[in-house]
This record gives sequence, structure tokens and C-alpha cells, in this order.
Amino acid sequence: MGRFLNAAAIGCVVLSVSGTAWAGKDLDTVKARGQLVCGTMEGTAGFARADSQGKWVGLDVDVCRAVAATIFGDSEKVKYVPLSAQQRFTALQSGEVDMLSNNTTATLTRDTVLGLDFGAVTYYDGQGFLVNKKLGVKSAKELEGATVCVAPGTTTELNLADYFRANKMTFKPVVIEKVDEVRAAFFSGRCDVYTNDSSSLYATRAANPPPPLTPEDFVVLPEIISKEPLAPAFRHGDNQFGDIVRWSQYAMVDAEENGITSKNVDEMLKTENPSIKRLLGVTPGMGKALGVDEKWAYNIIKQVGNYGESFERNVGMGSPLKIVRGLNALWKNGGLQYAEPIR
Amino acid sequence: MAVETLDSTTRPKVAPWNDPVVRGWVFQIVIVGLVGLLAWFLVTNTLENLARQKIASGYDYLSREAGFEIGDSMIPYSPASTYARAILVGMLNTLKVAVLGIVLSTILGTLIGIGRLSPNWLLSKICEWYVEAFRNVPLLLWLFLFYKLISEAFPGPRQAISLLGSLFLSNRGLYFPVPLADPIHHWMAVGLLVGVVAAFVVKRWAKRRQEATGLPFPTIRAAIALVIGVPLVVWLLGGAPHHMSWPELKGFNFQGGTVIQPEFTALLVGLVIYTSAFIAEIVRSGILALNKGQSEAAMALGLSRAQSMRLVLLPQAMRVIVPPMTSQYLNITKNSSLAIAIGYPDLVAAVNVTINQTGQAIENILIIMAAFLTVSLGISAFMNWYNKRIALRER
Ligand SMILES: N[C@@H](CCC(=O)N[C@@H](CS)C(=O)NCC(=O)O)C(=O)O
Repeated sequence: MGRFLNAAAIGCVVLSVSGTAWAGKDLDTVKARGQLVCGTMEGTAGFARADSQGKWVGLDVDVCRAVAATIFGDSEKVKYVPLSAQQRFTALQSGEVDMLSNNTTATLTRDTVLGLDFGAVTYYDGQGFLVNKKLGVKSAKELEGATVCVAPGTTTELNLADYFRANKMTFKPVVIEKVDEVRAAFFSGRCDVYTNDSSSLYATRAANPPPPLTPEDFVVLPEIISKEPLAPAFRHGDNQFGDIVRWSQYAMVDAEENGITSKNVDEMLKTENPSIKRLLGVTPGMGKALGVDEKWAYNIIKQVGNYGESFERNVGMGSPLKIVRGLNALWKNGGLQYAEPIR
Repeated sequence: MAVETLDSTTRPKVAPWNDPVVRGWVFQIVIVGLVGLLAWFLVTNTLENLARQKIASGYDYLSREAGFEIGDSMIPYSPASTYARAILVGMLNTLKVAVLGIVLSTILGTLIGIGRLSPNWLLSKICEWYVEAFRNVPLLLWLFLFYKLISEAFPGPRQAISLLGSLFLSNRGLYFPVPLADPIHHWMAVGLLVGVVAAFVVKRWAKRRQEATGLPFPTIRAAIALVIGVPLVVWLLGGAPHHMSWPELKGFNFQGGTVIQPEFTALLVGLVIYTSAFIAEIVRSGILALNKGQSEAAMALGLSRAQSMRLVLLPQAMRVIVPPMTSQYLNITKNSSLAIAIGYPDLVAAVNVTINQTGQAIENILIIMAAFLTVSLGISAFMNWYNKRIALRER
């Protein structure tokens, strides 16, 4: 009997992966379902968090909404599935979600042996350290012997080990899967340091210290120890779906480059500028090439906004996080956001 | 597995399709065939899908560098070690918690179970509340509670509570001094083994002598003396080396000595308290299942309450207690995987990180299943052996 149960259990695991065989192509599945299933985070202010009405908001959420706007003409046709860093790739591989938009770093391993592909970078990030000011630490180089809170299954966990090895320092990790529990352990003093992408550290500092602690009690150390290009991820295999994800993101950046916003997009329909006419579908062709409605980019800009609008509203000066554009400014303004031409 | 209903010599001649033995075999072969077919279909289909999605497969990754640190390890480990070693570290951590959990919850559960039967009203009520409180709240909540208690209630390392000047209690755990490694420790381990064997020999001898002459012997005290005494004598003969590694606050944390970490403590305490509530009930029902005449007879012989419990009641109750106890032991082992919620680096934690880094969920889950199956079968086999040994022998 034991042997049989065992076989049945293996069967279940196997079944969850073989399940995708009947699912057909990803885009067809999404269309047939009438909804995009987007893997998101458990709750990080500014990036992806359910607000008091249970509505998901954030920079990452806007990427899901843009993709839904491209496919369905309606940015609300998204179901959000919160995933821990640990669960996310299995959820994507097994077809539980169509894509990830949850601060996932594009890396070679994930792109290859994990069987994933990445869209365009939605946020150029880097790993940092958050500490309580009381410790009096000024630099990450002073962290010898520290206890560090970190979430498992992240590039963060690996960079952390690399950084301490490279600097001949030691540390004790406290590794907890749920990000809320990691943060709680840090704020309770179980750890000296919390490490994550610095975007996430700013969000944690702004939104999560439990009273009587305040954001001012904490400081992000100056060292950035890694490159974290955060990009949407999807399964290797359906190139059309991949194209849609990538160009939806480019459309938002392109709109910002051309000064098109959610407010003025209707006026812009009347413009004589040929590249704006192409982007907004006044001159047809781009939608057909992608296999979607010609108004795809119009819908994104109207419903979600351009990249700059999304940035300022969610994580920039219009939000409690107050993150400066920095690397995420347009290339014209000295940043790295540079959309491939829509033509 | 065939069901032999009739003795072959007396079996009447029937057509094969009416023969229950033949039919039994045919059905079994058909079922095995179908299961095999399904398995084959699933496996090939999965391999195809993995290949189509370009997900890697196989166990090559085990020998690659893991790259992540583990906070609590019984064997030397660093991020430069392999995935195989990381998983072994997790496995040993799981075993450590399971073994300690089984021993401690058996002791605690037995005491509480006996306490509930005590004529002392207060004691029996306290034991009853204990059982009701701890087994009616999900284990996960207990784990969170104990973990929060430790990490929130204790001060940081710089304000650590110091006991006797050498034990330090803080939200980083309990730091205490340990002897510096010395070759004598190996010999002391040998001494311990000798002590244990000697204790068993003494126990047998004392039992024979008591059966023959009626003279009692303080077996338990003698056994404890042997188990502690032999290694102690070895240590004294070896010149009693007493260099210690002392914990000292250096920078952020204590260095030196050794530490029992909050994650481990919370997990162990949670498992022990939760499981001992169930064990208490098993012990109580085992004792209550005995005929009342047993305790009356013991009392009539002039045995004290403690003696009658130890010599008369518990040994007989064991026959009722052992089988359900097995499933509690299996539960402890399996429940230890809740470690992940409070950050104790057990087998499941190590394997989950490996899945995430390598993307190879199936291979890794097979490792977890094989490990838990081995441990569970081991526990079952041992308990079955023990159960047979104590089973009632008709004389
Ligand atoms: N960029 C890193 C880490 C990204 C990540 O998912 N971090 C998690 C764990 S620290 C996180 O911030 N989660 C926040 C949440 O789920 O709300 C990676 O891709 O490995």
C-alpha cells in the first residue's frame, strides 16, 4: 500500500508538469480564458500590493495591466496570484500563471535551464542593505559577523553569499520564505541587516516598520552589490506571447519618449507626427504585426499610462517611496530606459 | 498478495474463469499493467514537456556549487559546497529535530498522561488543560507564537541576559561555552558506549538475580552511574583537559562557544508541546484500558503508586500504547517540515532553494519523498519490532 501511495504521489507531481501538454499555446490559452493570470508579489508597497479595497496596484501590476490591455483591450482582465520568491518559477513552469511580474531578476540560469524567457527590463535595480540607525553602521564593509535576514530562492540570497565571500567576511543568514515574516524578523531585531533589491528596501522602509518604529529609524547603506535588471518572465516556447509582453512594456516607454500621457492621448490621435500615428494605430500595421488590435498601444496609454506616469504614481515622487528615476530615467535624460523602435 | 481462500488439496475442480485464485491473479496483473501504462504515459509526457520548455533534467546539478549560506549546520558547510551537501545539511537538521522531538515528547507526554490519572485534583486538571489547549490549536500557530515570543521578547545581543557570566540569552539564541576540540573526546565517546553496554548487562543480571532470590537492585541508579561514570573516568585518566571556547560579544554577535538558535528552539518546543498532548492521551487511554484488578492487585502487594505504575501498569499498557505512538512519531517527522515557516533550515528548505535555483522540481521532490519515506519506514520498522517484542506471549 505504501508503495502504491508513493507511486500516486509521484504521479501527482508529474501530472502538474505534464498538465501543460494539454494547455496548448500560451496566448491561445490566455485568450480562451478571457483573462491574464499574472504572478505577482506577496505585498511590496509601490511594486505590487493589494490596496484596502483588494485592488492590486503598483509598478509591477501596471505591467500585467498593459499586457491585458494589449490582448483584450481591457487592463482589468487580469487575475493576480501572489507568489513568494521561492514558489514563483515552479508556478510559472507548471502553468499556474501565464507570466511573472514580481521583481524577478533576469539571469542566464533562469533564461536557460529554468526554461524561461524575459521581457524588457521594467526596473533597473541593485541589491542593498537596510539597517537600524542605532547600529551606527555606515558601510556594508563593516558588516563582519552580522546576522542577515533574506528570502530564499532569490538572487539576493546568492549575491549575499558572494559578497561576503569576496570581502572575506562571515555572516549568519536567517532565511524565511514569507516576505512579511522576513520583515518581521528584521524589525524585531532577530537580524542586524535586511537585504533585498534596493527598490524593495525603500518600499519596506517606507511602508513596513511596525510602530513605534518609523522609517527614519532605518537607513539603506550606500553599497549596491549587484545588478538586478527586473523584467517580466514567461515560459520559453510561445514567441507571440513573449512579443506581446515585451512590446507592451516598450509602448509605455515609447509613449513617454513622445510625450504621450493618459491625459493627452486622445488629442494625440489627431497629431501629424508619423511615429505617434504608428504607435497609436492611426496608421495601421503595428497591431496586425503583433497579432492584436491596432489600438493596443492607445489602450495601454489610456488605461495604464506611460512609463513615467506609472513610475511617479507608484514609486516616484507621487508616492510615499519617493524613489528618484536614476537608472530608470529615459536614455535622453541620462537613464537606461530605452525602447526599441515601434515601426 | 494472492488471496488463497481454499486449501489447494481440498479445492474442487472448476473452470479457470470461475477459479477465485486465477481470477485474483488476472485482476492484479491487469491493474498493475494499467498503473504501469499510466506511469509510462505520465513520465514520457513530462519528459517531452520539459524538453519542449527547455527545462533541464537529471541529477547533474547535485555536484555543482550551491552558492547559498545555511544558518545552522551540524557538518562543515559553506556557500562553496555542493547542492548535495546543502541537502545533506538540511536532512541532518530534520533528523536532529525529529529525534529530539520524539524523545522529549514521549517523556513529557507520558508524564502528562499519567498526571491526568492522578488522584490529585489540581494536577489532573492542569494536565487536562494542557492537553486541551495544545492539541486544539494548529501546530503552525504554535510555531509562529513561540518564534515571535523568542524574537520579540528577548533583548538584542548587546543587551543579552547573562547567566552565570558565561551563558547569554538574546534574540540570537542561547550562547554557551563548549570544550575546545580535544582527542580525548573520541575516547570519551567510546567510554559512553562501554557504559551503555555495561548498563544493559547489569540490568539483565539484576533481573535474573531478583527472579532467583527476590533481592531488588537499584538498576536505574547503577545504569546512570555507568553511563556518566565511564566517560568521566576516561576524561580524568586523560588528564582532564578543560580548555573551553567561551562566547564573547564581538561586533554584531557573540563569537565562540556554541548557540541554540531561536528557529530551532521554536520548532522543537512547538513540536514537543503539540505532540506530547496527543501522546498524553494515548498513554492515558492505554492505562485506562487495563483491568482495574491490575492496579488493585499491585496495591494489595504493597507496591507504592509509583512502583505499581512503573512495574505493573505501564508495561502492560505498552501493548495498547505502542501502535498509535508510531503514528505520532511519524507525525513529528513530517510536521518538522513546517520549519520553513519560521526559517529553520531543514531538508525541505534546502531542497526548495535548490528547486528554485535549478528549476528541477521533479528531481528534487523525489529526493524529499525518498528521504521522508526512508525515515518513516525506519520508524515504522523499529516500532513494529518493539511492538512484537512486548506483545503478550501466551504461556
Ligand atoms: N530580484 C530578486 C529578488 C526578488 C524578490 O522576489 N524578492 C522577494 C523576496 S525578498 C521580495 O521582495 N518579495 C516581496 C513580496 O513578495 O512582496 C530575484 O529575482 O531573485
